[in-house]
Amino acid sequence: MRILLVEDDPTVRSFVLKGLKEAGHNVDQADNGKDGLYLAIGEKYDIIILDRMLPGGIDGLNILETLRGQKNNTPVLLLSALSDVDDRVDGLRAGGDDYVTKPFAFSELLARVEALGRRGHNESAPETSLTVGDLTLDLLSREVRRDGQKIDLQPREFRLLEFLVRHAGQVVTRTMLLEKVWDYHFDPQTNVIDVHVSRLRQKVDKPFETAIIHTVRNAGYILRPTQD
Amino acid sequence: MAEERTPLYRRLSRRHLFRLPLLHSRNGKRRWPIRSAGINFALGYGVLFLISATLFLSFIWWSSTNLLNDHVRAFIETDAQELRHRWGHGGAPALSEAINDRLEQNIDDDALYLLIDRHGRRMAGNLPGWPVAVKKMNHFYELTIRRYTFTTPAQFKAYTLPHGFKLIVGHDIRGRTLLSTVITRTLIWCAVMISLLAVGGALVVRDLFRRMVGSIARTASAVANGDLNHRIALTGSETDLVAETVNTMLDRINRLMEGVRQVSNAIAHDLRTPITRARNQLEEAFFSATSPDELRTAVDRAIGDLDHITGIFEALLRIAQIEAGARRSAFTTVNLNQLLSNMAELYEASAEDAGLSLALDVTPLPSLFGDERMLQQALANLLDNAIKFSPPNSMLTLSAHPVMAGTAPGSGAEKKPQGLEISVRDQGPGMNDADILRAHERFFRAESARNTPGSGLGLSLVQAVTSLHHGRLTLTQANPGLKVTLFLPLLPEAERTGRSTTPAETTP
Ligand SMILES: Nc1ncnc2c1ncn2[C@@H]1O[C@H](COP(=O)(O)OP(=O)(O)O)[C@@H](O)[C@H]1O
Ligand SMILES: [Mg+2]
Repeated sequence: MRILLVEDDPTVRSFVLKGLKEAGHNVDQADNGKDGLYLAIGEKYDIIILDRMLPGGIDGLNILETLRGQKNNTPVLLLSALSDVDDRVDGLRAGGDDYVTKPFAFSELLARVEALGRRGHNESAPETSLTVGDLTLDLLSREVRRDGQKIDLQPREFRLLEFLVRHAGQVVTRTMLLEKVWDYHFDPQTNVIDVHVSRLRQKVDKPFETAIIHTVRNAGYILRPTQD
Repeated sequence: MAEERTPLYRRLSRRHLFRLPLLHSRNGKRRWPIRSAGINFALGYGVLFLISATLFLSFIWWSSTNLLNDHVRAFIETDAQELRHRWGHGGAPALSEAINDRLEQNIDDDALYLLIDRHGRRMAGNLPGWPVAVKKMNHFYELTIRRYTFTTPAQFKAYTLPHGFKLIVGHDIRGRTLLSTVITRTLIWCAVMISLLAVGGALVVRDLFRRMVGSIARTASAVANGDLNHRIALTGSETDLVAETVNTMLDRINRLMEGVRQVSNAIAHDLRTPITRARNQLEEAFFSATSPDELRTAVDRAIGDLDHITGIFEALLRIAQIEAGARRSAFTTVNLNQLLSNMAELYEASAEDAGLSLALDVTPLPSLFGDERMLQQALANLLDNAIKFSPPNSMLTLSAHPVMAGTAPGSGAEKKPQGLEISVRDQGPGMNDADILRAHERFFRAESARNTPGSGLGLSLVQAVTSLHHGRLTLTQANPGLKVTLFLPLLPEAERTGRSTTPAETTP
């Protein structure tokens, strides 16, 4: 993916830059709002990562608002040292697609960037079923089959699996699951998500030869379809 | 420096209470230049007093001159009547004699007469000549005339007599001048007295105001200088309203300051520990790691510690934010039944994983006006504690019921609920009374909780969230275990939002 990174802190910038490049992305960078805006308007990106606070008059929100004002719908992920709920709401209201607060784990940022990039692509007609490898989800009847065998899932488990399937091949973090599957924005204190994922695994992976849901150390989970 | 040190209330009084700048205009509009409330009060009072005194004295003037005039006119009429009578008896000579008699007997020297004949010759009387202004007969005139060396006001009436004779009967009304002088003098004296009273009153009122404001200002400046325990003394006067409000405000500031102090102490103690741990780990790895794996493990652990520190920061900030009351903006109508069942669903898996069963005991609840996210966070903290401290194979109960206003159960079916109670109960070790009292303090963890994960901020946040909703957090021994109850009142705001609330039903 072609990514624009606008961040003024040199350490954070080079850290993110390096990580994104290692993950195989093509990254342009800017260390101030003016250059960032110039690049964001002039070039075509798959995703833009914007620091909210930038020196020199033009900050992340200004860039975002300008872009949206020009009907530019490139997915934007905001980075911010403000973790206040209101700041988050402000950011999303201004047209941001996701919000990551500093300090963050790179794996969290990468997972969200890739999820956003993916979302930009499959905005096609609404599907009625999802298939990855030998797993099929019928979105209308809410039926799940793997290898032709029916799997009984609770509604929430279905939504969890659906999210993993939609992001097949990508790492999804626990916070992403909590936010996107449960729509919760608080700190659950314990490993609630892990327990739910392990329950899902009991049903989706245990009865079969190969596992498709994998744990990624220090990051989260990934659903990788069986290769045949 | 010395100027800086003048107490606040002094500076206040000098600058604001007694400022008398020139009339200055703002937007071309003239503004009253006197700022002192005391002086304005006294001035207003004085002016009012002066106006009423003038009105009063004018009335007296008007009614007494009227009385005087009536009196004089009646006298003139009867006198003239009698003189004409004389003429009837003895003609001009008798009349002249009568006039002369009267003038002689008139000690006050205020009677005026003039008798002239057909040719205008003066026959008798003390008027030097016929006044030019007197043209009509049988008509009262009021004129100023010259007498001897002075002028004086007088009332006249002229009468015609037979054979072309004419008679004027008049009266010197110099007494009225006297009265007017007396009244004017009284008025002047009144003005002087009132001015004195006004000035005196201004001083007294100013002093009163100054004392009232001074006591508040003294307290404020004491507080500004750091003495937060200073309070305004109540005097029973009208200013008590202000005093009480300010005192309440000071209490709140004091509590907030206490909170800040607690937090800074806590940061000093409780954040140092994980920071030290992270630092030591990194340092040790730096000096003595022999393999990349060892180094990686150490760094990994340090990252874990840093995440823990970030978590503490976030929790502290969130608590501070809630306590500052800034989060009311996020209040909406919350469907608690849904919130509770969703939370139970989320945590049920964790409970089961720990060998516990989570029971949900919830009756239909009225919707609450509150901060959904914060309520979720509070419940999450309670459920986390319950799961964390429970022994395997025990039971957790999440229950919630509406609370009726002071009625026996069963009889409140038609009553509106006054609030609702949400409680989390476990069958763990519980807490002793001393610990229960301290449980909501920041960073407090009971001795027995030392080897469970956590930072002692969970219940502090629950407390803050409960206060944000004007509720009450209570911890009770459940023998075995602990029961944590949140009472949340149904605020009138919920009604004002106009959104419908689920009708409350009570269980039999
Ligand atoms: N359900 C419970 N059973 C026993 N003790 C409890 C329970 N909940 C809280 N406590 C005690 O109160 C302390 C403070 O709780 P909390 O503020 O949530 O901090 P933490 O969970 O991080 O220890 C705990 O450390 C524990 O000692
Ligand atoms: Mg806790």
